[in-house]
Amino acid sequence: MSTHTTPSAGTDVSAASDEFQAGDSLAVEAWRRLRQNKAAMTSLVLLIVLTIACVCGPWLLPWGLDEVDWNSFMTAPSSEGAHYFGTDANGRDLLARTLYGGRISLSVALVATIVSLVIGVLYGAVAGYFGGRIDNLMMRFVDIMFSLPFMFMVILLMVVFGRNILLIYAAIGAVEWLDMARIVRGQVLSLKRKEYVEAAKALGVKDSKIVTRHLIPNAIGPVIVYVTLTVPKVILLESFLSFLGLGVQEPLTSWGVLISEGQQMMESAPWMLIFPSVFLAVTLFCLNFLGDGLRDALDPKTR
Amino acid sequence: MTTPSHVSSTSSHAAPLLEVNGVNVDFSLPKGDVRAVDDIHFTIAKGEIMALVGESGSGKSVSSNALLQLLPELAKVSGEALFEGRNLLSMSASEMRRIRGNDISMIFQEPMTSLNPMQRIGKQVAEVILKHRKISKREAKKRVVTLLEQVGIPEPERRIKSYPYELSGGQRQRVMIAMALACEPKLLIADEPTTALDVTVQAQILALLKELQQKMGMSILFITHDLNLVKRFADSVCVMRNGKGIEAGSVADVFTAPKEEYTRMLLASTPKGRKAQVADDSPVLLEADNIKVSFTTKKHWFRADEKFDAVRGISLDVKRGQTIGIVGESGSGKSTLGRALLQLLESEGRTVFDGTDLARLSTSEMRPVRSRMQVIFQDPYGSLSPRLNVGEIVSEGLKVHHPELNRKERQRRVVEVLEEVALDPRMASRYPHEFSGGQRQRIAIARALVLKPEFLLLDEPTSALDRSVQVRVVELLRSVQRKYDLTYVFISHDLTVVRALADHVLVMKQGAVIEQGTTEQIFSAPKEPYTRALIDAAFLNLEEVDVA
Repeated sequence: MSTHTTPSAGTDVSAASDEFQAGDSLAVEAWRRLRQNKAAMTSLVLLIVLTIACVCGPWLLPWGLDEVDWNSFMTAPSSEGAHYFGTDANGRDLLARTLYGGRISLSVALVATIVSLVIGVLYGAVAGYFGGRIDNLMMRFVDIMFSLPFMFMVILLMVVFGRNILLIYAAIGAVEWLDMARIVRGQVLSLKRKEYVEAAKALGVKDSKIVTRHLIPNAIGPVIVYVTLTVPKVILLESFLSFLGLGVQEPLTSWGVLISEGQQMMESAPWMLIFPSVFLAVTLFCLNFLGDGLRDALDPKTR
Repeated sequence: MTTPSHVSSTSSHAAPLLEVNGVNVDFSLPKGDVRAVDDIHFTIAKGEIMALVGESGSGKSVSSNALLQLLPELAKVSGEALFEGRNLLSMSASEMRRIRGNDISMIFQEPMTSLNPMQRIGKQVAEVILKHRKISKREAKKRVVTLLEQVGIPEPERRIKSYPYELSGGQRQRVMIAMALACEPKLLIADEPTTALDVTVQAQILALLKELQQKMGMSILFITHDLNLVKRFADSVCVMRNGKGIEAGSVADVFTAPKEEYTRMLLASTPKGRKAQVADDSPVLLEADNIKVSFTTKKHWFRADEKFDAVRGISLDVKRGQTIGIVGESGSGKSTLGRALLQLLESEGRTVFDGTDLARLSTSEMRPVRSRMQVIFQDPYGSLSPRLNVGEIVSEGLKVHHPELNRKERQRRVVEVLEEVALDPRMASRYPHEFSGGQRQRIAIARALVLKPEFLLLDEPTSALDRSVQVRVVELLRSVQRKYDLTYVFISHDLTVVRALADHVLVMKQGAVIEQGTTEQIFSAPKEPYTRALIDAAFLNLEEVDVA
């Protein structure tokens, strides 16, 4: 603790407010800490490269998604005919299909994550914070959603609205936020008894601000861990739906679909399994490292 | 004090039970090694009570845990600790297990968490006996009953079937003592055994320990931060600071003629001074009339819910500039009353603040009043949000009540108030975990003061702090009260602090006020036996220190 002498106080004030600005918000601090984490930064760069490749790659390739090369059916990877990842049983270029599949898989993952983050976290935090009857009602709704048979719901949606890729997003999104809401509610239930929440109430801070400023940031650790678990689950869920004929339809594809096709041809055409699997594995790996890095970066104690 | 202990502590011919020679403990952290205990020496004779004293972080618990090899793996322990001639620090894990609980046993600070909540207490005590003695379960059970009787648990036959949650804090600590004594250890390590207990219970537990120690002739290594307890309880003392033993000797020597400056400072760390009475015609700022708070303990569908009355109809008037001290043991409803006054809890009754009836106000009408009445909590670790930095924490109230301020002005106010509470304003970008307990409490005070309130509720603001830090926080509270003419309601179980800060005292028991009066009246001539018991327990042997 320092004791200030009055003459120097003036200069101190300006110096202090400068520094104040530099280290002001948790987000800025977190980004600085994240940048020091090599594994997380490598993962972030890899993920960005992968995403750009999936989004822009297909425009640059000589082969399209459903273009058949009549000269090469199930050929191994080679530069001949520009099939760098080889072709499948129908003579379609695997590199093109992997990149197109990435678009579907990554976007499903993105939608599910955003939905579970936005709806799940807010819903859970509100239910936990207000408690009592509100909590009861909100959580019973979650229970009802949980108890609906997922497959039945998807089939119903298909029947009513017809086949549409957007429906898969909607169905997966509708299910994924439920777990998150429960996790966040549990966290908030214990956090809301902390004295800093009471202190904020005594300051006259609004309920909405208490939830967003004091409760959600302190529940972020388990949330991030859960998100990194959600992404692979969702990618696999999508391939399962597609496998049942409820998901994406030929000629469109996804990593999950490509892997299940490749697995049937494993012995005669291993590349059909290897390339999409590597893409999926790298993505999941990067997400895990990035998730761990984010969790640490957002915790001021790990400085 | 027993005669043997005096003989052994003064003469050297009796072999000591425990001889600690130059023990070091280093924690290897990513940033390099940190020395927690630095070359510490002490001896404990048979039948002697030795106290290891120091403030938090001085390394006293680390040293005692090191003796039983209870430290985490990243701790490196070197040196020598001879227990009956055998070095404890170089023992194998299996040798150590035979010593722990048998020759040396331990009691911890927190009776709420050191018992397994899912097991009956009889079983937990019996476990220790069955582990170290070859006796039948039936004999073990008999022994448990005798032990529980010895430590003063009523109806031990029935109590062995209780779960920990059915016992009070004091009773749990008694069970812990029974467990520790189950195998008649030669040395008992008591790590702050009474810190988490109410003062009256504290006195009972210490008396019990002393009685058992004399009956069984064991030695005690008593770890505490409270010098008053040492004076009353121990034969010899070793004062620790920053991992070093700075002064050792018999209690009589150290207390009458401390050699080190630091020891003198510790001895003198009692909040001093008194608060002057406010004028009788001073206007009433806060008036509470028949406040009642109850909690629903069990809900029923068709009949009335079961309720627990935490506050049973309390009225009080707080005059401007006054400090009202509310004292009572844990569970007496004093914190609940405080929260009800601030409208943080639903309550019955009328609370009038400066002429406004608070119960009539809506949440948004209440908001401007909130900036005039602020609160400071007990736990400096729990009352600051760990993910906001100090600047954000302190400026939060400004954002609510003075949205017209721009960023620069807000920062200026924050810097001013941090200087006011003697914190370096450059700390504003740091996070709460980087500060010590006393500094955190200063941040909490800054958060309240930045709004320029008229009324402060202080809910045990000094209880979690070391004595010497306590004194400084009390000084700070006193100086800001004078400067801004603040009105305090001061809730505490610590009567020394209450005496120094309050000019009017309310004594609470089971949700009701049983006695009130000026601080002078209450402390010099308490009417109720309960008040007298509280004062006796708090000021054991303290008077001489205070007068000196």
